[in-house]
Amino acid sequence: MINLMILLPFFFAVLIPFLYSMFNKKLHIGWFVLFLPVIIFISLLQYIPITTTGNTLTSEFKWLPSFGINFTAYVDGLSLLFGMLITGVGSLVILYSIFYMSRAREELHNFYVYLMLFMGAMLGVVFSDNVVVLYVFWELTSISSFLLIAYWYQRKKSREGARKSMLITIFGGLSMLAGLLLLSIITDTYSIREMIFQAKLLPENVLFLPAMILILLGAFTKSAQFPFSLWLPDAMEAPTPISAYLHSATMVKAGIYLVARLTPLFGGDAVWFWTVSLVGIVTLLYGSWNAVRQKDLKALLAYSTISQLGLIMSLLGLGSAAIYFGYGDESKVYAIAIMAAVFHLVNHSTFKGSLFMVVGIIDHETGTRNLQRLGGLMSLMPISFTITMIGSFSMAGLPPFNGFLSKEMFFTGVVNASGMDIFGMEKFGMIFPVVAWIASILTFVYCMIMVFKTFTGEHKPEMLSKAAHEPPVGMLIPPAILAMFVVLIFFFPNILAKYILDPALISILPDYEAAGGLGKEISAWHGFNTELLMTIGVVLVGLLLYKLLPKWIRVFSWYPQSLTFNNIYNESLLLMESISAYATKKYMTGYTRDYLVYIFAFFIFIVGGSLWLFNGFAFDMSKDSPVSIYEAVMVIGMVVTALIALFSQYRLTSIIAVGALGYLVSILFVIFQAPDLALTQLVVETVTVALFLLCFYHLPEFRKEVSKVRFKFTNMLISVGVGLTVTLLALSANGTRLFETISGYFEDSYTLAGAKNIVNATLVDFRGLDTMVEVAVLCIAGLAVFTLIKVNVTGRDKK
Amino acid sequence: MKPNDILLTAVTKVAVLIILTFSIDLFFSGHHNPGGGFIGGLGIASALVLMYLTLGTEAVNKIIPVDFKTVAAIGVLIAILTGVGSFLFGVPFLSQTYGYVDFPILGKTELATALIFDTGVALAVIGSAVTIILSISEDR
Repeated sequence: MINLMILLPFFFAVLIPFLYSMFNKKLHIGWFVLFLPVIIFISLLQYIPITTTGNTLTSEFKWLPSFGINFTAYVDGLSLLFGMLITGVGSLVILYSIFYMSRAREELHNFYVYLMLFMGAMLGVVFSDNVVVLYVFWELTSISSFLLIAYWYQRKKSREGARKSMLITIFGGLSMLAGLLLLSIITDTYSIREMIFQAKLLPENVLFLPAMILILLGAFTKSAQFPFSLWLPDAMEAPTPISAYLHSATMVKAGIYLVARLTPLFGGDAVWFWTVSLVGIVTLLYGSWNAVRQKDLKALLAYSTISQLGLIMSLLGLGSAAIYFGYGDESKVYAIAIMAAVFHLVNHSTFKGSLFMVVGIIDHETGTRNLQRLGGLMSLMPISFTITMIGSFSMAGLPPFNGFLSKEMFFTGVVNASGMDIFGMEKFGMIFPVVAWIASILTFVYCMIMVFKTFTGEHKPEMLSKAAHEPPVGMLIPPAILAMFVVLIFFFPNILAKYILDPALISILPDYEAAGGLGKEISAWHGFNTELLMTIGVVLVGLLLYKLLPKWIRVFSWYPQSLTFNNIYNESLLLMESISAYATKKYMTGYTRDYLVYIFAFFIFIVGGSLWLFNGFAFDMSKDSPVSIYEAVMVIGMVVTALIALFSQYRLTSIIAVGALGYLVSILFVIFQAPDLALTQLVVETVTVALFLLCFYHLPEFRKEVSKVRFKFTNMLISVGVGLTVTLLALSANGTRLFETISGYFEDSYTLAGAKNIVNATLVDFRGLDTMVEVAVLCIAGLAVFTLIKVNVTGRDKK
Repeated sequence: MKPNDILLTAVTKVAVLIILTFSIDLFFSGHHNPGGGFIGGLGIASALVLMYLTLGTEAVNKIIPVDFKTVAAIGVLIAILTGVGSFLFGVPFLSQTYGYVDFPILGKTELATALIFDTGVALAVIGSAVTIILSISEDR
């Protein structure tokens, strides 16, 4: 059931182009797309009672059972939380996009196909239990996000942003794959649940640490953690609904999800604890520091997202210490951090989603997102102003908004962490509350900038390309719903905690399952304590800094531009390009002869080398059948035709000789009673000769190559080498019986596949996958030939 | 391709019929006798190529107004979808099955899902082969 839900967006993606061509003139295609996430969201609701009682659900779909790779969907508190975020925010984003994306100007079918691909991939990531399947979906999110960022591909910045995000996230994804495979080698399973069962034994394994680091690389790149965060601001080139969806609510949280999912596996380990919490806290500071100086509202939100993701990440790191202690009063102190992480995850999706949408509205209605041009919009766009205020104040951590609650818990988490006495925290523990406090002040400052620079002050209509006014109601509804949640969660946090957060917590900290969660009420008033003092400090210092902003904002210009990670990325990209251009120029000479030399030299090296290395020479001529007169004649004929092809003075003769050689081979197949092969060879030969003759018409004058003797010597060496290798290989292969013969398997072809022709049974049934891929390759080759020849590069300008 | 050979044209008109019949027979007999999707498809492709060579591109395009790139794509799609289809029955990817059905004229006939898969293979082969040959032959 749940598997079907994951696949549903993919099926629907196929339908969209047809719907588009049928209905686009009359109706915005988004209305059709909207119902899908809504349906999935509603059907996910039915799992809440199951996860609330601490139960889980699995449903399996066999994929490659012989390799243990199956499409296993696993529903527990954590995956359900993410699934509901993906579909819930997804529905709102699609509703919003209906009003944001113009039906007349945009190529909507592409947009929604990518979006559906992305949604399905994301659901796959959070519900997959099998690490291989998880990886497939993980990379699919990268690819669909690439397509979405480059949606306005006419713009250079969009293309560059898309490339950057893809290079970084796919690099992370690949290292994650390596890490996951290492894990599966250690645990001998691909299932995450089964890995977690073995968690106690893992740290002794030598591969444990490499696996952890590699997986973390994947999680950090995806969640834009420092220093991989540099792709996220550039990803803002995507249309705003996409930014709201992918880059605040879902995709960037995939890394968070992975860290949370694997916490039971790695948690309690000092390296994990330090890496995750340190990277998180540094990202928090880095993001908030950079957000303050942004002039573009969307860029500001991008850095703020980086910073908030860092916050969640550091909480997950700090909370992982709870695993170390198991269940008990001692661990509850840390478990609060996990609770705070999960809580903030939800809150962040609500307020950041609404903020992104409002920024989109401002952009849509005024034509700019530049803070220097905006101002005084409060009276013109009162509803947008209210929503922005709710979102920003929640992000700043002020009551009565949900961000206040989770930020207080965050402070509790870091203050508790400073009192830890494991993993060397007694020495360094203080950095967490201090950094968290500074970052919170900066967060406060940029939230104020966002609200007051945009909506108060002087209105400058001459700076805007459009007259500012409120957007259509439909565009306001989605952010308003999210803003409503921001307030509702503040007043009723414990409903959310009971049904959503506690089950998620249990998934991250399995020891708490028996207790049914943390058992702690979330309340707005939690006494007069350190956390509250910190908040008051944040507000006071933040207000002061905001007032003095023009005086100290100049510090940003002190930092040399050449040392930024962005610059390093650009430089290294250029360097790689020039190196590869140089290398390519060196070996891509344009002569087929040279390429053949590479291919054959490689062949001799690998095949001949391994024959030599593993002492694979085994000649057992005794069992060979005698050579009959027909075969001898055929072989002689083949040798003769080959020689003719080689030494012929005319190209036509050569082509015909090669054709004749092919037909002789097919006759050989007939003699050896392989009619299928013979038939195929005959027809292939016919088609190839026709093809040759066609090409022949276009080829330049035939001329004999006159070249140096030394050159010919290498050629001779290689050709003799290839011939020798192939002969030796064939003889050795015949003389060696490493494995049991497989012919018995094919004798069953009639009972197993109902086919009397074993060749066909093998092709379509026993090795159907090979055939399928072969056919795909053939088709791609055909299209490649077509594109190379038919598609005129200059013709592109016509469009 | 501009044809001008009357003899070739006359022979082709007969030959193509024979080749096509033979190819289709090959295709259907593949399950029990030599033949199958690949070879059947290739046979049909070679008949088509012969037609293109003798009758000319424009004439053939009028007779068979199909885009062979699409044919190739549809073929691959069929092959993949038959694989995916096995999920509907809760069996692993690309599982094939077969059964026997009584037809009015043909009598007891074996029907195998492999045939659908083979159709995909055949279409992909036809599409790709003709696309390649046409592209190369029309290059100026």
